[in-house]
Amino acid sequence: MSSIEVNLETAKGLGLLPEEFEMIKKYLGRIPNYTELSIYSVMWSEHASYKNSIKWLKTLPRKGEKILAEAGTENAGLVDIGDGMACAFKIESHNHPCAVEPYQGAATGVGGINRDIFTMGARPIAQLNSLRFGNLKLDRTKWLIKGVVKGIGDYGNAFGIPVLGGEVFFDESYTMNPLVNAMSVGLVEKGGVVSAISKGEGNPVFIVGSSTGKDGIHGATFASANITEDSADDIPSIQVGDPFQEKILLEASLEAIKTGALVGMQDMGAAGIICSTSEMSEKGGCGMKVNLDKVPLRQKNMEPFEILLSESQERMLMVVHKGREKEIENVLNKWDISYAIIGEVTKGDRLEFFYHGEKVADVPASTLVLGGGAPVYEREYKEPAYYQQYKKFDINKIPEPQDLHEVALQIVRHPNIASKRWVYEQYDSMIGTGNMSTNFPSDAGVYNLKGTNRALVMTVDCNSRYVKADPEIGAMIAVSEAARNIVCTGGKPLAITNCLNFGNPYNPEVFWQFVNVIKGMGAACEKFKTPVTGGNVSFYNQASIGGTEEAVFPTPTIGMIGLLENKNHHTTLAFQEKGHMIYLIGRSHNDIASSEYLSSYHGVKESPAPYFNLDEEFNVQQTVYELISRNYIQSAHDVSDGGVFIALLESAMPKGLGFDITTDAEIRSDAFLFGESQGRIVVTVSTSRETHFIDYMVESKIPFFALGHVTKSEIRVDDVSFGFIADLKKAYDNSIEELITGQNPSL
Amino acid sequence: MKFGVVIFPGSNCDRDTVYVLKNILEQEVVELWHKDTDIQNVDVIVLPGGFSYGDYLRSGALARFSPIMQRVIEFANNGGYVFGICNGFQILCEAGLLPGALMHNNHRKFSCKNVYLIPDSKIAPITNHLPRNRALKVPIAHGEGKYYADKETIAQMRLNGQILFRYSDENGNVSEAVNPNGSLENIAGVCNKTMNVFGMMPHPERASDDELGNTDGRLILESLIRSIKEKA
Repeated sequence: MSSIEVNLETAKGLGLLPEEFEMIKKYLGRIPNYTELSIYSVMWSEHASYKNSIKWLKTLPRKGEKILAEAGTENAGLVDIGDGMACAFKIESHNHPCAVEPYQGAATGVGGINRDIFTMGARPIAQLNSLRFGNLKLDRTKWLIKGVVKGIGDYGNAFGIPVLGGEVFFDESYTMNPLVNAMSVGLVEKGGVVSAISKGEGNPVFIVGSSTGKDGIHGATFASANITEDSADDIPSIQVGDPFQEKILLEASLEAIKTGALVGMQDMGAAGIICSTSEMSEKGGCGMKVNLDKVPLRQKNMEPFEILLSESQERMLMVVHKGREKEIENVLNKWDISYAIIGEVTKGDRLEFFYHGEKVADVPASTLVLGGGAPVYEREYKEPAYYQQYKKFDINKIPEPQDLHEVALQIVRHPNIASKRWVYEQYDSMIGTGNMSTNFPSDAGVYNLKGTNRALVMTVDCNSRYVKADPEIGAMIAVSEAARNIVCTGGKPLAITNCLNFGNPYNPEVFWQFVNVIKGMGAACEKFKTPVTGGNVSFYNQASIGGTEEAVFPTPTIGMIGLLENKNHHTTLAFQEKGHMIYLIGRSHNDIASSEYLSSYHGVKESPAPYFNLDEEFNVQQTVYELISRNYIQSAHDVSDGGVFIALLESAMPKGLGFDITTDAEIRSDAFLFGESQGRIVVTVSTSRETHFIDYMVESKIPFFALGHVTKSEIRVDDVSFGFIADLKKAYDNSIEELITGQNPSL
Repeated sequence: MKFGVVIFPGSNCDRDTVYVLKNILEQEVVELWHKDTDIQNVDVIVLPGGFSYGDYLRSGALARFSPIMQRVIEFANNGGYVFGICNGFQILCEAGLLPGALMHNNHRKFSCKNVYLIPDSKIAPITNHLPRNRALKVPIAHGEGKYYADKETIAQMRLNGQILFRYSDENGNVSEAVNPNGSLENIAGVCNKTMNVFGMMPHPERASDDELGNTDGRLILESLIRSIKEKA
């Protein structure tokens, strides 16, 4: 039994603040024992309690007619998609584990987010991920990206859910602290949703799945501190994943639900048994008695607090209707899944934990959880000096290069622009036979809702360079870009989930970024009518190396889902035929601010966010949605990283076509080709539709510009040849692999 | 025709295979659980893709010992039709029902993408109704798909028409440049000498639905169904 003495120093050692230690003593009316202190330290960690962010998160728009589970009420967001079906979806970070053990860190991130989906009774059908690393020339970055990508692949491929979309971005700020955000999307019949609730005095509590080991103890606390040179010593905080166990847990859980014998179910993720027992009990307004010695263990000599806090993966907590245990046991035996009945539901709200008959902890469930007794803080924030400094940027001080063809070649090879093929080919993208964008590439991932005329559309987006430059506008752009991708695909945006990756919240300048991101995100979500259904906040993404602290770019990753009401409106980003006319919808500006071009070609890191206007953006999207509904356009692709030139190239490559365009004489050619002003979409129009298209555009009053036409294979800009598509494609396709392996795969 | 799709714990293409056979090819389909010993009078047994029993040892190495596999082996030895896709192919090689072995891809990475296949055998039931001289676009998704057999075996297989498909370019040209995993002679699928057991690494079930914009894989399944019907 744990005999560690408890005092303020012990509390601090577990990451608790002095005032938090006082609160615990008040709640319990006594000094907690070490097991209880450990419970509070993980449940009140930033990762589990959202104590520094919740005040601001509550200002986000969370209601909508299609929202079936409001943010924070279930393990994932739940949206009505019609025909009696609902979509459960959520994004989550696994940044800290990946910084020290990229393979397992990424694998268990995938496992965790999928469990959040199937614990609600939804079958996961698609995954997306957003990855950020440092300079790809560094060995550390190569080690991280190889490990993370293999971890995501090995886990997801075996678990058997396709990856339908994602993003990969490189910047020095992520060198020590990479970001790994994983999103899962699932489908469930509206009547088949299971809640994470415990109730009914006397109902038995099952622990199901893998046995419990010492992995991941204090993982939630680990995730709530900076990455340092010594973080590798925290490796016992990293969990180990078993996708085979997850796969059979999925099938068994879905079958168990069908019996009707379940009261509620929650997976065990961060903070393990203590988190699931407390959240389920608090929700049902009752208590629970748990015998920790009944928990199947994979290691000897585990202390009660270790059993409670273990973050061993692939485990579920099920509360079962008393008398119907057999029905659940039959399912679990069929799948050869181990389980144990570890306790029962009680009256009141005490969580009582016993170990061989001795009570080792006794705490009120409500004092542990968010919305109950967990602390809530208001942090101060302060505008950092760089913000005004960046705004002083003047495009006229940047010389315009003579040879734009050479600029194009350099940008095409930049890892932020080049094909992410080396990454995504390691993921199974076609399992489930639902991916409609494999042979018909589009801006967002499309999943076929078999047997209906509809499809689910999904994307993850965030340009964190913009967010660093201007958190409020950057966050608006992240939401807008996600919506733009959905609209270009032919879909209607429905709702978002977010993964908010920031530095230390106790740093007022970091917190200023957070506050302004929330403001911008809220405004954009209101405009697009895409409520926030949940997600995750990851603070402390900063490295203290040699005494100085460097936070990552503030990175609010947006995961958005939308609905394609009519599969015939699924629109590709790919040019279809030589001779089709190319138009740019939305206004261009003499703007290169925060572009990849300015940052990587000119090496200028200090500039504001690119041009953005929320109303104009919304109107452009509405117009393109209409153009698609009327079958006036052959392809649509949004202008984002790399500007108009890269958008054209990405549209030209799938079918090996070229393009011949003229730039706008009013705007600097480099700004026109590589600037990233927002709210623009490249579309193509066939000759037979051109009159309709022009008439509609003139009437809509949305600015549009005739760029040129699709060619057989040559690329021409203002009558200058930029070579042939095959050559640019080769550079685009192979650049990242060359950087990672040092070999040219085409040789 | 009645198909039986075997489900091992860790199978993950079982649902896709059932869907395509039942909803698209309109065949009768039953699911055969790995613990079952009754193969329910099926005409064809399909071993779907996935990671049977986790495949932590070697792909397919454990599945061959399951109760259902003892019946599948008997069924095949009596001339029954058995078709293994991806992990199913690996299991059939492990069980000795097909010659050769599947090893880690030469680049040591999992690889998922569309590839092109040129049918080789003109007499196997699964290829004999395919269009001649046209490459089929079918996706792969595997980490251990590098086909290997010794020289004599390969020579025999060539002679017998046991090589079903080779990886090619879109025009059907076979070369090392379009070999996605280092397979010997670009071999993507083989059958046994008696031409009732087939295995291939690419996934025809993933290229069978009009709504996904590619139905080249369906041609392979249709060839098999047609051949078996003709023989019956």
